[in-house]
Amino acid sequence: MTTETARSRPASAAASPAFGTQTFWRVLRYLIALVAAIAFAMPFLWTIGTSLKPLTDLYTFPPTFVPSTPRWQNYGDVFALAPFGRFLINSVIVTALAVFGQTFSTAIVAFGFTRFRFPGRNMLFFVVLATMMLPWHVTIVPSFLLFRYLGWIDTLLPLIVPSFFAVSAFSIFLLRQFFMTIPRDLDEAARIDGATSFHIFWRIILPLSKVALATVAIFAFIDHWNEFIGPLIYLNSTDLYTVSLGLRYFIVTPFEGDEPREAILMAASLIVALPPLVLFFAAQKYFVQGIVTTGMKG
Amino acid sequence: MKTSALPRAQRERMSLLRRREALEGLLWISPWIFGFLVFTFGPMVASLYLSLTRYRIGGTPEWVGLANYQEAFFNDKLFWPSLGHTAYYALVLVFLGVFLSLLAAMLLNNIKGKGVLRALFYLPSLTPVVALAVIWGWLLQPKYGLVNYALSLVGIQGPGWFTSTVWAIPGIILISLWASVGGGRMIIFLAGLQGVPKELYEAAEIDGATDFGKFWHVTIPLISPTILFNAIISIIGSFSVFSLAYVATEGGPNYATWFYMLHLYYNAFSYFQMGYASALAWILFVVIMVLTLFQMWLSRRWVHYEYSEGGAP
Repeated sequence: MTTETARSRPASAAASPAFGTQTFWRVLRYLIALVAAIAFAMPFLWTIGTSLKPLTDLYTFPPTFVPSTPRWQNYGDVFALAPFGRFLINSVIVTALAVFGQTFSTAIVAFGFTRFRFPGRNMLFFVVLATMMLPWHVTIVPSFLLFRYLGWIDTLLPLIVPSFFAVSAFSIFLLRQFFMTIPRDLDEAARIDGATSFHIFWRIILPLSKVALATVAIFAFIDHWNEFIGPLIYLNSTDLYTVSLGLRYFIVTPFEGDEPREAILMAASLIVALPPLVLFFAAQKYFVQGIVTTGMKG
Repeated sequence: MKTSALPRAQRERMSLLRRREALEGLLWISPWIFGFLVFTFGPMVASLYLSLTRYRIGGTPEWVGLANYQEAFFNDKLFWPSLGHTAYYALVLVFLGVFLSLLAAMLLNNIKGKGVLRALFYLPSLTPVVALAVIWGWLLQPKYGLVNYALSLVGIQGPGWFTSTVWAIPGIILISLWASVGGGRMIIFLAGLQGVPKELYEAAEIDGATDFGKFWHVTIPLISPTILFNAIISIIGSFSVFSLAYVATEGGPNYATWFYMLHLYYNAFSYFQMGYASALAWILFVVIMVLTLFQMWLSRRWVHYEYSEGGAP
């Protein structure tokens, strides 16, 4: 609808005396959009180029985009110079479990908030929303002490276990909004047939909410894959590092020969950044939907 | 279904059913109740208590009253500078960030090829923060970096960025802008712009409004709740800035990017002053809350809710 009206406008404008300025603004708008798009895309292109540069291409002026001869070995060096394979496995373990825990537990809680009446329900839901506004730093010290008391420091547990207790208010909110659109007649009919609440949740609500669940899972994936502060605080052994922490380890640890390794660092950065970017291209519509439904994220 | 619509006999059984329903509901949300108490509410209370103690890891907390707060305000040489750096960073970022995100959304609103452009604008916000620090550390390299090369093309001698105490914070702001302008904030603005009724623009055109007039008198008032929302979320996020500075500059050069959260982090996890770090956490929390409440108070003067609250028939 809206694009239709926008498209039909120039036709009528052509007849009006303001044609010149109209066209001027339209062209200018595209020019600005193009410049902005280049500004957003350039660092990625430059990073890809740099990640393939041999040593001799690094310190040149003016800087070049395309390596003289692509050195694919930079990517091999990433895995040779640091246990990057190990980092990737750790990140996959943490992310997979945390995504599962977050999606499943927040679906259960959202079901509770939409399908049952109990005293204090609105007040409790307000508390859920309020936690979205809570800056993360307020709880960081006692959380560390708690995990230390439990003996979980230098394990992956602090990065995984909280996700199983519906700590993501964003996910609860998104799923609740979605569950509310599923007609309750379906529940009632199932109940008359003798279904328990769990059956309704498992057989009716979840299958009808695949899109919303996918949205929650995707955001959970990005959050946990990209997480840096948690691993930084809870992990000590290099063997347990996730990719973000591993990349930092890469930056601060000197290697033999002390050769400049910007190119290898760029290659490592791309490896770390690739999964979220690929996921985005594969599932773009879920992102927009998720952000717009909740007005959150970002 | 309303209870009053049911026959009397059924209504009497209702209270029992209701109680069962309430119990079951609480059971379903119990993972959240547990998670909230253990991972959010409990730690908040604990951190308030710890802020009133001297506590090194391994020892026992020793009650010191307000001494930690006194230490922060009057003795800690890095406290005020770190708060100042953070405020500088946060205020510039919030103003520029919200403004540029709104501009980007207006640019993309109803443009041909919106989907592709939106995707391009959004991508930077997905980049992991450590990768951001690596990539931009090289882009902002004073001699061989792309940014200073681009500046030299238009005849500007680029600054030293992370080697300069003056330009380090602007450098971090630049990275943050690149990574956030086209992100969630822009998408929220796009949704807000879609909600502005076309008739209002047409009415304004009939009244002879200029493009700027339409923007100032129609667009801004109608999306003002969205602006407020984005500003509040951005304030909370940018006052907690940590990872980017921690990786890109480690607080340097000469403490120029020693943000508040770095100060807190080093006190907690390098010096293990858990009591003092908790006091720092609460001070920042109060600062953020006061700023949020101030924004909400201020918003009564410029945020319009008539349209979104559905006053129209």
